[in-house]
Amino acid sequence: MLQALMTWLDPLCGTLGIFRLFPSDSLLACGDTGWGDEIASGVFVTVSLALATLPLGLFAGFMLALAKQSKEKSLRLAADIYTTIFRGLPELLTLFLVYYGAQIGLQNLLSAMGSSTTIEINAFLAGMVALGLVFSAYSSEVLVSAFHAIPNGQYEAGAALGLRRSTTMRRIIIPQLVRIALPGLGNLWMILLKETALVSVIGLADILRQTGIAARVTREAFMFFGLACLIYLVLAMLSSIVIHYIERWAGRDEART
Amino acid sequence: MRIQKFMLAASAATLALTMGAASAQEVVRIGTEGAYPPFNVLEADGTLTGFDIDIANALCEEMEVQCEFVTSDWDGIIPGLLAGRFDAIIASMSITEERKQQVDFTEKYYNTPPAIAVPNDSELTEATDEALSGIALGAQSSTTHSNYAEEKLPSADLRLYPTADEYKLDIASGRIDAVIDDVIVLSEWLDSEDGACCKLLDTLETDPVINGEGAGIAVRPGEDELREKFNAAILAIRENGTYQEINDKYFDVDVYGS
Amino acid sequence: MSVIQRVLPPEPPPPALAAGWSASRIIGHLFLAIWIAGSVALFLFLVGSYDSQKMIQYGPGYLSGLWITLQLVIISVVLGAILSVPVALGRMSTNKVFGALAYVYVYFFRGTPLIAQLFLIYYGLGQFRGALETVGLWTFFREPWYCALFAFTLNTAAYQAEILRGAIASVPVGQHEGAAALGLPRNVTFRKIILPQAMMVALRPYGNEIILMIKGSAIVSIITVFDLMGETRRAFSRTFDFQTYLWAAVFYLLIVEALRNLWAVLERRLTRHLKR
Repeated sequence: MLQALMTWLDPLCGTLGIFRLFPSDSLLACGDTGWGDEIASGVFVTVSLALATLPLGLFAGFMLALAKQSKEKSLRLAADIYTTIFRGLPELLTLFLVYYGAQIGLQNLLSAMGSSTTIEINAFLAGMVALGLVFSAYSSEVLVSAFHAIPNGQYEAGAALGLRRSTTMRRIIIPQLVRIALPGLGNLWMILLKETALVSVIGLADILRQTGIAARVTREAFMFFGLACLIYLVLAMLSSIVIHYIERWAGRDEART
Repeated sequence: MRIQKFMLAASAATLALTMGAASAQEVVRIGTEGAYPPFNVLEADGTLTGFDIDIANALCEEMEVQCEFVTSDWDGIIPGLLAGRFDAIIASMSITEERKQQVDFTEKYYNTPPAIAVPNDSELTEATDEALSGIALGAQSSTTHSNYAEEKLPSADLRLYPTADEYKLDIASGRIDAVIDDVIVLSEWLDSEDGACCKLLDTLETDPVINGEGAGIAVRPGEDELREKFNAAILAIRENGTYQEINDKYFDVDVYGS
Repeated sequence: MSVIQRVLPPEPPPPALAAGWSASRIIGHLFLAIWIAGSVALFLFLVGSYDSQKMIQYGPGYLSGLWITLQLVIISVVLGAILSVPVALGRMSTNKVFGALAYVYVYFFRGTPLIAQLFLIYYGLGQFRGALETVGLWTFFREPWYCALFAFTLNTAAYQAEILRGAIASVPVGQHEGAAALGLPRNVTFRKIILPQAMMVALRPYGNEIILMIKGSAIVSIITVFDLMGETRRAFSRTFDFQTYLWAAVFYLLIVEALRNLWAVLERRLTRHLKR
């Protein structure tokens, strides 16, 4: 039932899907003859990769931002090293390092511990980790500047009311932080969405990989890569609409001046 | 075109822990590329076909194990084997010294020489280093053919592509002047509609150091049991006619070589 | 001695609190230890797997790859800067057609992945060989290096146009009005008053853009250009030795850090009149 509903609502190859508008013998048809269904699944992979990376990157970024503001010097230094590395490496290289390196490293570690277990990091997980590392490095910077924008008086007021530090953080600081950091995080989301395209290089069947296969098989490279660009544009537009609504929602209690 | 269903399933974020890998297996996971017609091809409907695949299935039947195919990019196929993504590579991989430092090989299951193809209007007449000097020569990276080009044809302007499909696109558009690959692979492509742009220039002299002893099955170092099982199975299908049957299905000549 | 000092004799400041092992201190030291252990392990790994034959065979390749990467980035950033001027003017123009064109250009190149743009230009234009030959552009688009340069220039021009526009818009209206009140011609106002202030604002984003281009340029290895990443992939494909990637990481980090520090010095120097 749910499945039937999902199939019906699928915006690309569902009953009302865009690719259904093409005749069934065209290159973009959804079925055994066309590439519509392949590309639709690529869109699904791209979006799920970006959505899976987001919470990971946000959480790590928040932790890093806290570390960067700590009074403890060693914690600040450790966080800064992290940011320097993952903002300095090309995303493609980070991806290779995670995809090949983590696998080799973990395997060696396991066999050093005398275990014969094989561990497998697939392209999706490698992409999620690599993009999450990069995303957290950038988002920590956005969050740090958002923290700076919140006056000290807010913490002091919390303390004066006798709130615990965690409560102050949860009820006073974070709601303001979200509002201030949203535009910056929205930008990072757009970048993340585009960076997922790199995962096609290590074999994940995302938009770019699927259109690339179609381009090679059909020899219609311009059309299919053009289509890939269009799909990314549509995803970017949808994202900016959603971000706009989230921003409005987050700013709903703001005093009107 | 329903490849995606299982690809999606496979790409779900899992940190799969499988015990014991290939030892007491009923299932042998075979790594292959799927972009090297006529040896291994990922068809539009998601099935794998080709000489390598048929041979692999025949070998598994002989060994009384279940074969499970895993596709991998060529560049990542040896790292994938070492990392345990699959237990053996059956993907027309030539047995070379360089690779032997990383993996163990069975005996060859076929052996064919490399060749060079050029566009129909090419002015090239011979495939020597001198003649190819400054010529944009395409090859698939990490192959014996790209190594051959680097070693034997150093004057050519070598371009390395991730799969054979990409150099085919580029030679058809005239971006490169020649490509080097296995003679069977090139002939198959030239006979197809796609290959109408181009013709075979020459078959090259194989170099045992670079081209090795032919294509073998790669397994992780030390997996002697699996390797020997494969060796026995190769012998068996050579003897019982299965190999010949598969060979004739694809080629006019015997690709096993002498 | 004042009264107050008699009543409350001066006392030395309280002794500094003994630095205890707070949770954050432990975590901080733990992570630092991980970093240190990681870099020691990296160093030992690189030294331990040092292979003079591999160095001789692939070392020069890395240097030439590095040079290709730098060339590609420098040329495309400079060309992109030139192209960004008309685009930024278009974005600020009141002419609807011109403005819409610039908007679409910027939206397209900022909204799609660079790698998709590169494929569109490289493989996509390969399809139109005949047409490109008749207009004499094929010799340009035939070479992967020029295709990469072309794609990067178009891409960075879109980003730089937005940087430029943002910087010019950040100059307060009063500066324009002041110049107008002094009777300065518009072009002199722009050149002598607006642009210098805008450039100060734009300095940091320009630096970030160059860094993004250095990192982004790694994808040209996929269309057969032997840049730093391409040489790395070539070396890896022959040796299957993971240190090839680690060397690439070291090189990229060095360039990006060098550039970042250079930019910090530049910024301090150019904005020193703003410091009190």
